[in-house]
Amino acid sequence: MALTISYFAWVRERMGVAEEVVELPVEVADLTALLAWLAARDARGALAFAEPQRIRVAIDGVMMRPGAPLAGAREVALFPPVTGG
Amino acid sequence: MIRVAVQAAAIDVGAELDLHDAGGHGASASFIGRVRGDGGLVELFLEHHPVMTEAGLGDLAHAASDRWKLAALTLIHRVGAMAPADTIVLVLASSPHRSEALAACEFLIDRLKTDVMLWKRETFGDGRVAWVEARAGDEVRAERWDQIPASSRT
Repeated sequence: MALTISYFAWVRERMGVAEEVVELPVEVADLTALLAWLAARDARGALAFAEPQRIRVAIDGVMMRPGAPLAGAREVALFPPVTGG
Repeated sequence: MIRVAVQAAAIDVGAELDLHDAGGHGASASFIGRVRGDGGLVELFLEHHPVMTEAGLGDLAHAASDRWKLAALTLIHRVGAMAPADTIVLVLASSPHRSEALAACEFLIDRLKTDVMLWKRETFGDGRVAWVEARAGDEVRAERWDQIPASSRT
């Protein structure tokens, strides 16, 4: 499954890119598995996703819970807790 | 009237208030957030999402206008590089009576801090650069609104 992933704030800095398109293995079916897959993929992913509990997620423009399924997702945004205001 | 904006340009508070209050509302509440120069801070950079940040502000504005009887609402957040004393965020809420205007203003700034895709990065005079960490107290303040029935606040 091809998925566009965008990164923000320190997650973007650690990943070294703002956005990428990845081909996901079929067993990566939810957000928890996606974070684990990215952390295992390379050193940048390991650094960005060493503490998955610090990562917030939006799928196709909607904020989601960490364990949400990826079925049908086209675009996933991964970012730290927000700090506006 | 609901006005929501995410902008790189400086926020003109006077002009926004004139626009907001063109109808002469009974009660207007405001919140202005500014960049603090604490600890030798020289720049505050606000990163945002090209679509979701403004959509998030719009969702909050509609949630507030569903909850309280508001005559006008303005929610503007600046993004990009800012200097100490610059205005980061402006919230204006108007209603015929003060309680709704004040409650809506507080609700909007509390929820904005936890629900809208914005991230602060600080640069200090000695060259240090650091992303601001979210504060647990902000979550508590934002979630408190889930516990308060709308009827008790109006």
